[in-house]
Amino acid sequence: MVQNIIDVRNLSKSFDISSKEPGLKGTIKHFFRRQTKSLKVIKDISFEIKEGEIVGFLGANGAGKTTILKMLCGLIYPSDGSILVSGYLPFRRKENFLKNITLIMGQKQQLIWDLPPIESFYLNASIYDLDKFEAKKRIKKLSEMLEIDEELYIPVRKLSLGQRMKSELLAALIHEPNILFLDEPTLGLDINAQRNLRKFLQKYNKETNATICLTSHYMKDITSLCKRVICVHEGAISYDGKLNLLLKKLSPVKEILIVCRSEKDATKLENSGFTIKNKIKNEITLKIENNSITSSLKTILNNFDIEDLFINEPPIDEIIGKVLIKKDYDI
Amino acid sequence: MNLKKYLEVYKKFLHTSLASELEYKTNILVDLITAILSLIGSIFLLSIFFQNNGYIGGWKFEQALIIQGIYTILNGITNTWFNPNLTEIVKHIREGTLDFVLLKPIDSQFFISLKKINPSGFLEIMLGFFLLFFCIRINQINLNLSFLTLSLITISCSICILYSLWFFISTTTIWFVKTWNAIEVLRSFLYIGRFPLNSFSFSLRVFFSIFIPIAFITTIPSEVFLGLSQLWKILLEVIVAAVFLITSRKFWLFALKFYSSASS
Repeated sequence: MVQNIIDVRNLSKSFDISSKEPGLKGTIKHFFRRQTKSLKVIKDISFEIKEGEIVGFLGANGAGKTTILKMLCGLIYPSDGSILVSGYLPFRRKENFLKNITLIMGQKQQLIWDLPPIESFYLNASIYDLDKFEAKKRIKKLSEMLEIDEELYIPVRKLSLGQRMKSELLAALIHEPNILFLDEPTLGLDINAQRNLRKFLQKYNKETNATICLTSHYMKDITSLCKRVICVHEGAISYDGKLNLLLKKLSPVKEILIVCRSEKDATKLENSGFTIKNKIKNEITLKIENNSITSSLKTILNNFDIEDLFINEPPIDEIIGKVLIKKDYDI
Repeated sequence: MNLKKYLEVYKKFLHTSLASELEYKTNILVDLITAILSLIGSIFLLSIFFQNNGYIGGWKFEQALIIQGIYTILNGITNTWFNPNLTEIVKHIREGTLDFVLLKPIDSQFFISLKKINPSGFLEIMLGFFLLFFCIRINQINLNLSFLTLSLITISCSICILYSLWFFISTTTIWFVKTWNAIEVLRSFLYIGRFPLNSFSFSLRVFFSIFIPIAFITTIPSEVFLGLSQLWKILLEVIVAAVFLITSRKFWLFALKFYSSASS
């Protein structure tokens, strides 16, 4: 049986936030009498993650995804509740725990700006107690997986964003962690660089059975990497489960465009009891429930003279967009 | 603590920061020229103070030069290690890159205090030592083992006090976010350390001994050079240094509990 590697129980986090009124008067008031209020950004959440799972955290900006990741890796102390990651209390940041995890943030970098990435890799290797031979072996293996070579010897400031992100990944994975926390890793990357990064993460997960917790605003990252998603809405979990179930729930019907041989066939199909979205000459668009797609298509193909057929999936961004603004999904 | 690992990491720190600095040759050259000109300027200023009066606060010009020498060494150490690293703490906290430091299996204080090095500060340290050797000759100081040991102890304590003060201020960034001004004030107070403590009024002497211990940083090591220091003063400096170092460490660990990281 696969064990839970992350166990979160009734976790909450509050921050003291100061607010300021606009204008000079507000600025002066803010300077002399700063008003702060305690804001509960994470509200009593619980979940478990199994070893080797890739879990996507979805939510609007400010929903609390990054705060959850930062509490999981031990950067932020929780205000309430308990977290166990790989058997450790993360905020104690024990050496063996830190050797097990890594955090990659798309918008922040740890590589030394003026030097080639290889220098940062060897620095990290010494921090993680790796000897030169082992470090060299791992750099070679990871650079092959990430398809970077010459870039290792070019100063970071001269690398493209995509090359820099690959190098950041290598720096973060040199100690072969078994839990990866990724906070918007594809932020700002072009489509090809995003695809390469996703391919790498899939491969890394497959080869090492590493657990991956990921936040991203690019739905392609989530759909191609995560079978399971945790949706966060205003600090609370609104959905925790399989991504395909969520998609089915949020989009229960598919649109099927059927091109008939003649307008007469289209009219015949129109009157056959299917839900019609629209009909233009010999083209007719039907709305069919996900669970009856196969049987409905069989009926149509057997009984009508069809020239062509297209199944339109609703745009995933649109579906996920619904999750980000809704509080609860009971599936 | 695994000493071998820390030495290995420090070797890498030295290597990477030297390599980073050497990327900008002109900058190093300008820094070197600035260090030389700054020392010449300071000695010139000191000589003006002593022009009309042979003694200030009971110190001759040749003796006051010792304070200048120690100040130059400390300023060199400040420019080599404290300035590039401890000012970076503010940046780390403001931008949230402290996250990377805290998630490394290495002591975070060690990492942020020693990661960078500014090689041009080495020249200042060397110039300070040259000035001290010159002072040893003109003041006819007898070099013996106890003198060297006491000098080394007091200068090391001065470095610890200065580091702790700076680190303490930088740590407050976790709550106050911007503390550049406080560091500038500390540096300004350090300039005062170029002059003998006795040349100030009683109230200022008390202030610079208790609140901002500039007296311990330059005057006591200088008194050791001249054989004027009493044992209790040296012991007091050791105690002050230890208390400052331990307090700054405890304060850092305490402050980290309040670190909320920058938002993404």
